[in-house]
Amino acid sequence: MLPKWLRVERIARLAVFSALALSGHAMAEGPQATPSIFAPASTPATQIYHLSFFILEITAAIFVAVAGLLTYVIIRYRARTGDDESEPAQVYGSNQVELAWTVIPILIVVVLFLTTARVIFAIQDAPMPTAALEVTAVGHQFWWEYRYPKQGLVGQDFVAVNELHVPLSSTDHPTPTYIKLLSADVDHSFWVPQLAGKTDLIPNHPNDTWIDPLQSGLYVGQCAQFCGVQHANMLLRVYVDTPEQFAAWLANQAKPGIQDPSVVAGRHVFETQACMNCHAVQGTAATGRFGPDLTHLMSRDTLASGMIPNTRDNLRQWIKDPNTIKPGCLMPAMQLSEDQLDQVTNYLETLK
Amino acid sequence: MNAIPLVATSPEQEWHLPYKGRIGMYGLIIAESAIFTIFVIAYIYYIGKSLYGPTPQQVLDVPIVNTICLLSSSITIFLSERAIERNNLKTFGLWWAATIALGAIFLIGTGIEWHKLIYHDGLTISTNLFGTTFYSLVGLHATHVVVGLIMLTIVLLFTLTGHVKHEHSERVQVLALYWHFVDAVWVVVFTVVYIVGR
Amino acid sequence: MADQTLPIHGALDLTPPREREHTLLETLHSWVTTVDHKKLGLMYMMMSIFFLLVGGAEAIFIRIQLAVPNNHFVSPQTFNRLFTMHGTTMVFLVGMPLVFAWANYIVPLQIGARDMAFPRLNAFSFWLTLFGGLFLYYSFIGGPGLYGTGSAPDVTWWAYAPLTLKAFSPGHATDYWALALIVTGFGTIGGGINIIATVISMRCKGMTLMRMPLFSWVMFVDGAFVLIVITPLTASQVMLLIDRYLGGHFFDTQAGGSATVWMHFFWIFGHPEVYVLVFPAFAIASEVIQVFSRKALFGYPAMVAAIIGIAFVSVSVWAHHMFTIGMTSAGNAFFVLSTELVGIPTGIKIFNWLATMWGGKIRFATPMLFAIAFLFQFLCAGLTGIMLSIAPWNWQLHGSYFVIAHFHYILVGAIVFMVFSGIYYWFPKATGRMMSETLGKWHFWLFFIGFHLTFDTMHFVGFEGMPRWIYTYPADRGWQNINLVVSIGGLIQGIAVLIFAYNLISSLFKGKIAGNDPWDAWTLEWATTSPPPVYNFATDPVVRSWRPLWDLKHPENPDWKYD
Repeated sequence: MLPKWLRVERIARLAVFSALALSGHAMAEGPQATPSIFAPASTPATQIYHLSFFILEITAAIFVAVAGLLTYVIIRYRARTGDDESEPAQVYGSNQVELAWTVIPILIVVVLFLTTARVIFAIQDAPMPTAALEVTAVGHQFWWEYRYPKQGLVGQDFVAVNELHVPLSSTDHPTPTYIKLLSADVDHSFWVPQLAGKTDLIPNHPNDTWIDPLQSGLYVGQCAQFCGVQHANMLLRVYVDTPEQFAAWLANQAKPGIQDPSVVAGRHVFETQACMNCHAVQGTAATGRFGPDLTHLMSRDTLASGMIPNTRDNLRQWIKDPNTIKPGCLMPAMQLSEDQLDQVTNYLETLK
Repeated sequence: MNAIPLVATSPEQEWHLPYKGRIGMYGLIIAESAIFTIFVIAYIYYIGKSLYGPTPQQVLDVPIVNTICLLSSSITIFLSERAIERNNLKTFGLWWAATIALGAIFLIGTGIEWHKLIYHDGLTISTNLFGTTFYSLVGLHATHVVVGLIMLTIVLLFTLTGHVKHEHSERVQVLALYWHFVDAVWVVVFTVVYIVGR
Repeated sequence: MADQTLPIHGALDLTPPREREHTLLETLHSWVTTVDHKKLGLMYMMMSIFFLLVGGAEAIFIRIQLAVPNNHFVSPQTFNRLFTMHGTTMVFLVGMPLVFAWANYIVPLQIGARDMAFPRLNAFSFWLTLFGGLFLYYSFIGGPGLYGTGSAPDVTWWAYAPLTLKAFSPGHATDYWALALIVTGFGTIGGGINIIATVISMRCKGMTLMRMPLFSWVMFVDGAFVLIVITPLTASQVMLLIDRYLGGHFFDTQAGGSATVWMHFFWIFGHPEVYVLVFPAFAIASEVIQVFSRKALFGYPAMVAAIIGIAFVSVSVWAHHMFTIGMTSAGNAFFVLSTELVGIPTGIKIFNWLATMWGGKIRFATPMLFAIAFLFQFLCAGLTGIMLSIAPWNWQLHGSYFVIAHFHYILVGAIVFMVFSGIYYWFPKATGRMMSETLGKWHFWLFFIGFHLTFDTMHFVGFEGMPRWIYTYPADRGWQNINLVVSIGGLIQGIAVLIFAYNLISSLFKGKIAGNDPWDAWTLEWATTSPPPVYNFATDPVVRSWRPLWDLKHPENPDWKYD
């Protein structure tokens, strides 16, 4: 009995792996362009990954058993040409057999439940180490705000936007990041599959999640709870930095915005044309909180919540009419003249 | 083969099934109970979660008279049910009218209560969570009282014109079942709103 | 055997029908004013098929948009309306009317009654359901309201608050959504009441509850079940409208209201709703598998117990749709356990169907092909359901295309397959003509292939992190190949459904004459003519087992001997 059982399990595992290979990616380490749940790079995702394979094995075994039975039945008991007209023997039931296929599923449920409960508690109730970084993520229609508290070395708390930077963790010196999840408007969901399962951002209902990425690089994901017109382009980018990179990034983000006298015209437009009603540039009069903080706009790789690369052309087009890029986004076209557009773009380009 | 009837034993055997009207009313009561359950859960969940006043303690008075009227209407309608079963149509009409009167007093009492809350205490459905849940739950119940009263009145009109007979007693009892349900819901609403929530 | 007239003795009025030709207007009038359970059942069915085509067209638009990355076939606003309407249509305007289509047409015939318990309530329920559906679609015209924003609802069929509140959904679209579903919901309550009253009070002589055909048993449980399933949705939609129109705060998070309360209320409706929709599939499978395996259903009492068990357990599992909202770990664990418990009665059903086929003589007519595919797909859906019930894995899978694949395995792979099976099976009874077997086989195989191309592959793109509800996706995610396959599968299913529609219409006029009992079946509906007369049975039948026609055809070995 045992060898046969093992063979089934092995076949199941093989089938899943080959299906995944067929679907276009192999098991690889580190961040990937395709955010597969089977390429975990952080403890919660890895624990889920191991659990999922245990479940896959059980379900594959059930599948083989029942689907095999079904196949056998339809081949063995098909009506054949030349059969006589008589009806087959009528069987109305059997208490023993029915008891058996009630009890076996109950046993399977017990196993599944105990295994699952263990992983739920391990992930959800993991105590936060003192070395952990605490960040608050706020979901907005349709972008992400990350509030960093005052760090030991750097002077003040600050807000980063759309691109979350977290330190690399390691098994020897874990430096996980605990993320408090809030929403400014409707429901959103924070999902970076390689790092952890998703957790929703719900107004008036704070949540949290944690990650401890073990390899540096850029991890992608996106909002996983429908939040309005541009839900599809509420992309997530998590940069896992080495300690040196992270320290440098922190130091830069905590500074106020650069004040370059050569772009004072653009700054004037920015501060007189309603831009600053929604946007903040630290160290200036612009303190709006409805839209993304622009203090270090040029430190970001992308615009529009990860939708387009942060280039001068894209930025200018975005200021001119955001709806041509992201239809339905909440930033209005401000009807700026071509000169004003150039000036504002010049100004924003100095905000490194 | 055609001649074989599906009946093999005595065709005279007893075959009684419940009255379909009663089953239908039970179905409606189950459905209505689910609706009320959701509103009651919402009420309980939002107790004390209003961000601003007025609070139930400040503005709600326990409607004792109302409650006595509505609950005793269950007794009067029971008496009228018994009367029609005994083919005592006059008694039936009297108790039935008494039921309507008690129900109407309840509605008027609710109207007075709401008038006070709206014009004196400034509590409307949009004031705060308490207002929203209070008017929804009590209003949902009052709506059922109104529907019940309309149906009771129709039966009363038929009684006065002499159209209600002994043979209608089963139908009358189905309607009375609905009225008993409305009363029973009030016990829950009363407990939740005026005792637990206050 | 097949064409032999096999009525219950004296059950048929053999006087020829009146020869008079009816004008179109008279025919229309007779359908609009009818209270006959068979006509209403057929109207429910026609309504379902109509909205199935509408919802299917919406699905095709969705798939065209997603076939390639960064597509601009439809705007994001339109896409969001399409999937909201697709989901709402399929659940409320296809799935729910189907419940009543089957219950209306078949149950009174099977239990030997002349009509439903409340024929006029029955007609009223149907028209409420239909007008609710038309009302929902009127939102394409009326939705903008005075605000000039939006048209059809675009808030997903879950309609999570606070996205549905005035602040985030101005215009009238969401109101159309809520009001339309309240109206169809009242129709549903009326229909449910009618089913249970019919089954309890209208059974023919000798038909005790444990002698009811399993089909009627399942529809009975379903009828009772909808009464507590649809009502929480009705209640919460009333709350939503109070918030939107009267300035209430139930779900207003700015005033202390709670977004999670909507989630709980919605899923208290939403999860059992899946079972409400799938029960007719169980019911049809129980009949079709018996008849085409030529064997009595295995373990009838266990099947009855299982269906009641599923109904009971399924009202305590709703929060498995909410593992990601940040419940406590103990709460998550509880809903893992309750969800997995559903697997036990479900397993009993699958095993009993298999045991029914075991030792039979299986005839692969079109209804049976769909039923076998149903068994296979229902098994797969159950297994992916187990995966989704594992809360930690659900944190990854929830809201992804894996979930889409899972529930379409139920809604299409189980329900739609069994609906097709049931139509092929009972079409001869309702019309007197057989459907074409050749077209039926084409329909089956194309639909089967299209189904598996679409929904098998969707699981994998879910593993790869593709969330649902997105109108487009970046090219560098590596999702495009699978999405193209999914879309091609969708088109193949569309073609198969068109073949089915053609088969339906052409068989109505040119199909082979069926006779009263073309499948050599065993329940009472096959004892009357095809189509049945208005009064169903001229004399009330009397039965002694749950297969009265088996007893009749096999007097030497009747079922009641084993009762």
